[in-house]
Amino acid sequence: MLFTSYSFIIFILYYTIPKGLQWVLLLAASYLFYSLMSIKFLFYILFTTITTYFIGIKIGELHNIHSNYLADHKASLSREEKKSYRAFMKSRLWKWLLVCLLLNFGLLVIAKYTNFTIENINGILELIGSSKRLTFWNIALPMGISFYTFKTMSYIIDVYRGKYPPEKNIFKFALFVSYFPQLIQGPISRFDDLSETLFTEHSFDRKNLNFGLQRIMWGFFKKLVIADRMLVAVNTIIRDPEAYQGIFVFLGMLFYTYQLYADFTGGIDITIGISEVLGIKVRENFERPYFSKSITEFWRRWHITMGTWFKDYLFYPLSVWKPMLNFAKFSRNKFGNNFGKKLPVYLTTLIVWFTTGLWHGANWNFIAWGLTNGIVIIISLECKPFYNWFHNKFKVGGTFGFRLFQIIRTTLLMSAIRLFDLYRDVPMTLRMFGTIFTKPNIHMLFNGSLANLGLSLSDYFILLLGFVVLLIVSLVQRTGSVRGKIAESNMVVGYALNYALIIAILIFGAYGIGYDANQFIYNQF
Amino acid sequence: MKKKRLAISLLVGCLLLANLFFLQKLLMPKHVFGTLEGSLVEDYYKVEKNNDVIFIGDCEVYENFSPITLWEEYGITSYIRGSAQQLIWQSYYLLEETLKYEKPEIVVFNVLAMMYNEPQKEAYNRMSLDGMKFSLTKIKSIMASMTEEENLIEYIFPLLRYHSRWNELKSEDFKYIFKKKDMFHNGYYMRADIKPAGNIPKGKKLPNYEFGERAYYYLDKMVELTKKNDIDLVLVKAPSLYPYWYDEWDEQIREYAKAKDLKYINYLELIDEVGIDFNEDTYDGGLHLNVYGAEKLARHFGGYLKEHFNLKDRRQDKELKKQWGKKVDFYYSMKEEQVKELEEFGYLKSIFGDKQNN
Repeated sequence: MLFTSYSFIIFILYYTIPKGLQWVLLLAASYLFYSLMSIKFLFYILFTTITTYFIGIKIGELHNIHSNYLADHKASLSREEKKSYRAFMKSRLWKWLLVCLLLNFGLLVIAKYTNFTIENINGILELIGSSKRLTFWNIALPMGISFYTFKTMSYIIDVYRGKYPPEKNIFKFALFVSYFPQLIQGPISRFDDLSETLFTEHSFDRKNLNFGLQRIMWGFFKKLVIADRMLVAVNTIIRDPEAYQGIFVFLGMLFYTYQLYADFTGGIDITIGISEVLGIKVRENFERPYFSKSITEFWRRWHITMGTWFKDYLFYPLSVWKPMLNFAKFSRNKFGNNFGKKLPVYLTTLIVWFTTGLWHGANWNFIAWGLTNGIVIIISLECKPFYNWFHNKFKVGGTFGFRLFQIIRTTLLMSAIRLFDLYRDVPMTLRMFGTIFTKPNIHMLFNGSLANLGLSLSDYFILLLGFVVLLIVSLVQRTGSVRGKIAESNMVVGYALNYALIIAILIFGAYGIGYDANQFIYNQF
Repeated sequence: MKKKRLAISLLVGCLLLANLFFLQKLLMPKHVFGTLEGSLVEDYYKVEKNNDVIFIGDCEVYENFSPITLWEEYGITSYIRGSAQQLIWQSYYLLEETLKYEKPEIVVFNVLAMMYNEPQKEAYNRMSLDGMKFSLTKIKSIMASMTEEENLIEYIFPLLRYHSRWNELKSEDFKYIFKKKDMFHNGYYMRADIKPAGNIPKGKKLPNYEFGERAYYYLDKMVELTKKNDIDLVLVKAPSLYPYWYDEWDEQIREYAKAKDLKYINYLELIDEVGIDFNEDTYDGGLHLNVYGAEKLARHFGGYLKEHFNLKDRRQDKELKKQWGKKVDFYYSMKEEQVKELEEFGYLKSIFGDKQNN
């Protein structure tokens, strides 16, 4: 229901009004959508939009002053004077950027992490035997705040870096921040990417319509036929950890991997599809992540826009941050050129993954999840000499069997780490993970217990069929766009596939009364 | 080339729509076994629309009055537009729809529905609304009836509601996809089994006995609609022992009828006069009458209508005689069949299938 229900009306209006007004319609639609979803949080998005816009303008002006001054005084200024002027301007720019970052990340932190902080302070107070307790704030999380804050902060940092000039039109900027298909679960678009296509005039294009609709339907297939059906079994397993241990934890881990993939990529498919129908190109967020052969590769292919955000706006700046460079120097002196060189990289990696975890949710389980990812990446980097030795010795690197092993290993590893997200409780996650080895109870797979997970035999069949369809589509995708191939194929084949997709969604979709409450998992973030 | 492509697209579109329509028909519950009540509303569209009397209301009309007896005894043609837990706004809109097809002399409304002032259960809504033909009246009835969990779109395209039945389809879903078997007698749901009434407890004390504003609003609308169409509205309370009919409720209806100059007949007070024996004339312990009770009640009610209204005896009308002759034959054959089933199996196999599951 979230954003597809009125997209149809927007689509009709979009191609009937004068083209110059298309972006205005999108802005109105986005704000109407946001108001319908959570009018009480309109303040937050307006605050971010207004502060970022004006600070962006200010930073742009400073850049202009800077470059004009240097151009005007090119001949008269000495090298030192130029250097000193640059430093002076950089400090002014940095102050404005800092204000913007503090205001907006501050708002995000207050809205998202206040109660988490209070909970931890209370925990410490209890630990030291104090009877004092802080009162929790009655504060709800504004819809999409993590996504639009990251979008706007990437914009202001880019403007600060002089990557592009600030947007002059506040309404166009407001559209970039609030563009409704992306509000709930991303992707986290960059201004230079999205603005180009968001503000230009679009003529109706049959191909865009066909491709967009196919992408929307594909998203619904993944979401309604697979993810929402799988969710029933996942919830059954996690809600009763005493009853479902051992093999069920393992199954829950795999089921959740499948469910999350279908849910999140399905939601992004719908977002991209709606945009495509409107002629707007949105960055891809996934690239067949479960074909990855290592965890680093996985993170290059899963939630790409989030990964690149952390890389561009946290990892790199942190790596060249003066204190970090000092630490690198210290580390090299202390631990030698080999390990001493790696240490600052590992420290940066852990900081980035800690933040990534925290961004996903205000809970220790997300932090544990993030840090585990970081640690596994560091371990795999440390194991590189061993891998190299192994490959030189056994020459299995290029074989299909080994590649398959790597894919399965990465999938299992990522699924296991996701148990933190599944149980949302660190000690419980560790305990449940342990039961996979201590109480495997494999016989329960064959004693009818699977039927108690809330899924019928036909549901399992649909899920298996869905898996096969997803696998085939992913395999075909490796050699180019599936929709492009369908368009080039025999007309009958194309119609038959679309037809089958519509029928599958309508009949086998787990929607309607009893299913309606399920929303996209990522909309909490 | 363009024209060819357009033609193919149109053809495929039509095929898709036809297929979806077929799937919708297939997946909708057929209500030909067990919950036959779900088929009552749509049954109306099959019959001739020339009735003197239209009954509207819940199970207290479609299980308690026999139109065949009214015909046989008094030459009154009647139809019961009843459905399970029919709420008063649903009764109103069913009446509004019925008046588009025919104009009866009398409308009989069973007042038990006054006890509900809010939408109740989706399952019962479905039984009252799914069978209605698509019209503005249906939309209005849906809007008035929906509980919070329901959506209008799922009523307009029931496929969206019933799609998950794909894995529980039975042979009857295919057999009765477009045409159902005859199961009712001008809206009357026949039951020949007997289950004597035990001790029916008195109703629990209620915090408030006042009927709700919404219920009165639709009753007022019903009065207006019948007046506008020059139809007499009769309020009845059928002789069902449960749900409990409170004296305070009865008083309100009595006063309302008086104020609006309507006839009101409370059959709970006339059980002896009608001759109902709750050891013999009910199939579910006093909630509803069986066919023997329904015949007795119709006999009495027919006499009441004859006495108070100027209804003609239409038994000599050749056309009607022919039409109703068939109905009478079907009625008695079903009655005989049910008696046989009860003797042979101990339950109504034609209603509950091979295994009694009620």
